[in-house]
Amino acid sequence: MIRINCPYCGEREHSEFTYGEDATRTTPDNDAPMEEWNKFVYERDNPAGEHIEYWHHAFGCRAWLKVQRNTITHDISWVGLPHENPEAAS
Amino acid sequence: MGQYNALNIAWNALRGHKNWQRAWRDPEPKSNYDVIIIGGGGHGLATAYYLAKNHGITNVAVLEKGWIGGGNVGRNTTIVRSNYLLDGNAPFYEHGMNLWRDMAQDLNYNVMFSPRGVMNIAHTKSQYDVFARRANTMRLNGIQAELLSRDEVLEREPIIDGSADTRFPVWGGILQPDAGNARHDAVAWGYARAADQLGVDIIQNCEVIDFIKQGERIIGVKTNRGDIHAEKVGMAVAGSSSRLAEKLDLRLPIESHVLQAFVTEPYKPLINGVVTFGAGHFYVSQSDKGGVVFGGDIDGYNTYAQRGNLPVFEDVIAGGLTMMPCLSRLKLLRNWGGVMDMSMDGSPIIDVGPIDGLYLNTGWCYGGFKATPASGYCFAHTIANDEAHELNKAYTLDRFAKGYTIDEKGMGPYPKAH
Repeated sequence: MIRINCPYCGEREHSEFTYGEDATRTTPDNDAPMEEWNKFVYERDNPAGEHIEYWHHAFGCRAWLKVQRNTITHDISWVGLPHENPEAAS
Repeated sequence: MGQYNALNIAWNALRGHKNWQRAWRDPEPKSNYDVIIIGGGGHGLATAYYLAKNHGITNVAVLEKGWIGGGNVGRNTTIVRSNYLLDGNAPFYEHGMNLWRDMAQDLNYNVMFSPRGVMNIAHTKSQYDVFARRANTMRLNGIQAELLSRDEVLEREPIIDGSADTRFPVWGGILQPDAGNARHDAVAWGYARAADQLGVDIIQNCEVIDFIKQGERIIGVKTNRGDIHAEKVGMAVAGSSSRLAEKLDLRLPIESHVLQAFVTEPYKPLINGVVTFGAGHFYVSQSDKGGVVFGGDIDGYNTYAQRGNLPVFEDVIAGGLTMMPCLSRLKLLRNWGGVMDMSMDGSPIIDVGPIDGLYLNTGWCYGGFKATPASGYCFAHTIANDEAHELNKAYTLDRFAKGYTIDEKGMGPYPKAH
């Protein structure tokens, strides 16, 4: 079981959360070329290691959280709110 | 090494089974090949076999970082079917069914293909209507399909809870009668042995660390057992596709997710075919040894760990017990996980490029096992001819940019949902 330390609720099991997606992608401008939109919609870094991602505390406070998690060990090294960033990544 | 046959078995039995040869050689990698296939899983081995058999290209190396049969080809629930809806998929998988039927004879290896039928259960009238559409589409594509009434479903699998007060009563079902199971390890070993006999080098414990490029062209790979050069390099590495592509600064439309599978202790015959629950995600069959083999959803978050988590475990088993309450008495023997390369539309990629000298085989989501022969057949064609076979021409990498996605479930670019 992965445990996520929600800034509002404290440490909870991940079955209270739903997984969002890669949180490092940024939406291109409306008039950006299709190539950029294709990269945004379809391509992923999909790293083996540290991954910054969104989780939704769906069965808790219902806040969206940003989480840094290792995709090999499942260890979580940082949890914040969506507008924040872990120091190493920012 | 010779052929396996009954006479051979009797002869060796009389000599105490002391004279069997190893099924494939253990060669040192050469410095140069015509084709390198990265990944000694089912798809990689099948590709090497069909390169040698259908295209006469025998100077081929299959590089496997672990051992043959240790990855997803040995981790799946062994289901073989072709009950697909969309034009890009249906003929491809049905060609695979034809290869499955003859595989044991073709490879001279008993892959225990058992067409015992794959039955999906409907629990509502509307779900049954969707199945009717699927069955009609399958028949138009030349794939066998039958709609089953509630009584026919319960007759085929008597242990399904048919009582009126069950949470999701059975309404009916859809059956692909010629689909079924195969012994997954035997498929890997059979392709390995047959490819080896045609001259393919199967090199285990050989991990690709990087690619060797000359200008913009890939001319080989760096491995932990030295540099190996080749005219063409094919990649069939399932869950590790993005990790290898990263070395080429290539981003793929892939996320890696873990899928769990489960097996019980062997029991007497209990389940006749492959059955899927329609009100949740649960699929089950019984192995020839008697173990009840089942699985369900992927865990739902990006991961490269070959192990899953308990909430999905509970969800899968809850679905199973709703459909077949007697499963609660069985003892679970093992559970395990495999890393899936989940693509953005739930369909695979078999394509040339996008870099010269590179060929891609990826994005099988959690349906790769059934595709093993068709994937190898088409990937070999694609590598040999530098263009797709008729059957895999829809599985291009640029279909996402062009808007020709093949999305069986209509889920959109959310790999966790496929």
